[in-house]
Amino acid sequence: MTSAVSLGPDTRANDYHAWPDARGRFGEYGGRYVPETLMPLVLELGEAYAAAKADPVFQAEVAECLRTYVGRPSPLHLATRLSEHLGGGRVYFKREDLNHTGAHKINNCVGQILLARRMGKTRIIAETGAGQHGVATATVCALFGLPCVVYMGAVDVERQAPNVLRMELLGAEVRPVTSGSATLKDAMNEALRDWVANVEDTYYLIGSAAGPHPYPAMVRDFQTVIGTEARAQVLEAEGRLPNAIVACVGGGSNAIGLFHPFLDDEAVKIYGVEASGEGMQGRHAAALNGGRPGVLHGNRTYLLQDKDGQITEAHSISAGLDYPGIGPEHAWLHDVGRVSYLTATDAEALTAFRLCSRLEGIIPALESAHALARLPEIVQAAGPSGVVVLNMSGRGDKDLAAVAAMGDQAR
Amino acid sequence: MSGRIEARFAQLRGEGRAGFVAYVMAGDPDFERSKEILLGLPAAGADVIELGIPFSDPMADGPAIQRGALRALAAGTNLQRIFDLLREFRRQDAATPVVLMGYLNPLLSMGYREFARAAADAGADGVIMVDCPPEEADPLADALDAQGLALIRLATPTTDAARLAVVARRTRGFVYYVSVAGVTGGKAVDAVAVAPQVERVRAASGLPVAVGFGIRTPQQAAAVAKVADAAVVGSALVDAVAGALEAGEDPAAAVRRTASDLAAAVRTSRREAVHG
Repeated sequence: MTSAVSLGPDTRANDYHAWPDARGRFGEYGGRYVPETLMPLVLELGEAYAAAKADPVFQAEVAECLRTYVGRPSPLHLATRLSEHLGGGRVYFKREDLNHTGAHKINNCVGQILLARRMGKTRIIAETGAGQHGVATATVCALFGLPCVVYMGAVDVERQAPNVLRMELLGAEVRPVTSGSATLKDAMNEALRDWVANVEDTYYLIGSAAGPHPYPAMVRDFQTVIGTEARAQVLEAEGRLPNAIVACVGGGSNAIGLFHPFLDDEAVKIYGVEASGEGMQGRHAAALNGGRPGVLHGNRTYLLQDKDGQITEAHSISAGLDYPGIGPEHAWLHDVGRVSYLTATDAEALTAFRLCSRLEGIIPALESAHALARLPEIVQAAGPSGVVVLNMSGRGDKDLAAVAAMGDQAR
Repeated sequence: MSGRIEARFAQLRGEGRAGFVAYVMAGDPDFERSKEILLGLPAAGADVIELGIPFSDPMADGPAIQRGALRALAAGTNLQRIFDLLREFRRQDAATPVVLMGYLNPLLSMGYREFARAAADAGADGVIMVDCPPEEADPLADALDAQGLALIRLATPTTDAARLAVVARRTRGFVYYVSVAGVTGGKAVDAVAVAPQVERVRAASGLPVAVGFGIRTPQQAAAVAKVADAAVVGSALVDAVAGALEAGEDPAAAVRRTASDLAAAVRTSRREAVHG
């Protein structure tokens, strides 16, 4: 898109921080496509979040919890052996895998649980794919003594069994969802059905930078701690900004968290990596590379759908990327060209998973392994003295069974 | 503009009774049997028909309508086939209003203008979009207005007075009052609690109010018919299809039976109220 109109509500070019607009739009994407029953709740949430965001006491509360409970700031690790292996340059990992609960998801959960308390909500529901968001939600619910119901696709319950046990140990009730494809999108449908039926007391804690406004903006805001820290850390380590930053994208919360503080740094190339599963000709989960705009789960964004507008099933070896949509801000960043969205297949992710484990002593989440898989090209483009920051969004312990089941492919 | 919705509610007012609105899923369980179900509804006593557009991710629907949508999609139902179905219906019935009900994405995929043109051409009278609140509705409302189709809005227990004004804007035909906070086929309606809500919506919109989402039995339908301009039943009819399929029976006959019982209860409810 070349028209200035698409660049920002105040027509200042490159003002990436002006979005979303008052209607919850990022360009043509986002919005509030929810049933009327939920509309007053979504509007109330928007107001409550705006007030909290402007309240220094709330912000201090979030920051303190991130510091003492999550363990922030997370370190920026120079991946020396991997950099050498890739033929030069310096690759840094932003170590979100070292957060309490082992992924970036907790950043957003801390923010939203404090908001839910502030709003006087007494029951928390969530959806989860890989189980990382479910674990993070169950964790903060245990921390604050709130009952928690997590909807999880039956397929994911099976392939992410350790996280199911974790959630149950934390006192959450995990409800397997068997409708549709029994994965993340169906878990989200079921969570929305729960919310519609329990409007009085329930707070829906969405884990992706998706859903109706204000969720995409709110989840992004709570995740930008990743990019804000990474930007300061790389400036301190290198004395300059990186040439490129990269993150995997499913719904896209870890990616938008890393990207957002770098959007105005025009010299920094930004890459998102979608899961292309069996390859773009086969089953995949690449909404931007293989989908078209539509409306699902409260927002307008790129979706995997058939010619009749029915949502098609996504596929990825990584449960956290196995979603037919993507956050609306990514849809917009794709259209305006600020972020390049690449893809990595199941097989490429597995190769990168193994490589990272052996070269850096870090077993990455299969989600993060998709970003790792595109490093060779990104590092090459950055040149021999290039600096690249990759978001290590989570740890891979939860994926060991799935990787073992792939047999020789993974070794 | 067909005027069928307005004519039907005027007729109901004249008869001093509430209407029975029957929801069935288009293409469930397949085109031919869905056609038979649809054609049988007016004779069974349906005053208005809501024809469900199946969607893969029906987030406001309970298990009955979810399963109905899956059956319809498995049989190859899409908007073109639904328009074919509607054309077949209109060949036999020119008076019963038909309102298409579903989710936005299939319409977006076709394009609002093309959808509105084809829907009007096939004989539809209105559209209810569950996931399209007034704030997002203008482009769709423009397309429907151009073809004389009514965009029927939903009001719910969570819609307060200020929002009711927003909901009532640009709506036509009737307002659909969702009687319970929940999905279709879930909680049971409380007709006593609904009565003042119906009054509120009627006053704000100046339109007839149809009540749905928690009505399964003739008793519930009758109770709602005492206070509302129409009672909507969906899940019970879609369940009748499922039950017949399971038992190896004729789905059209099962829907006719269920619809007749519900229609009779709606038709006689105010009379019973007068006589005792």
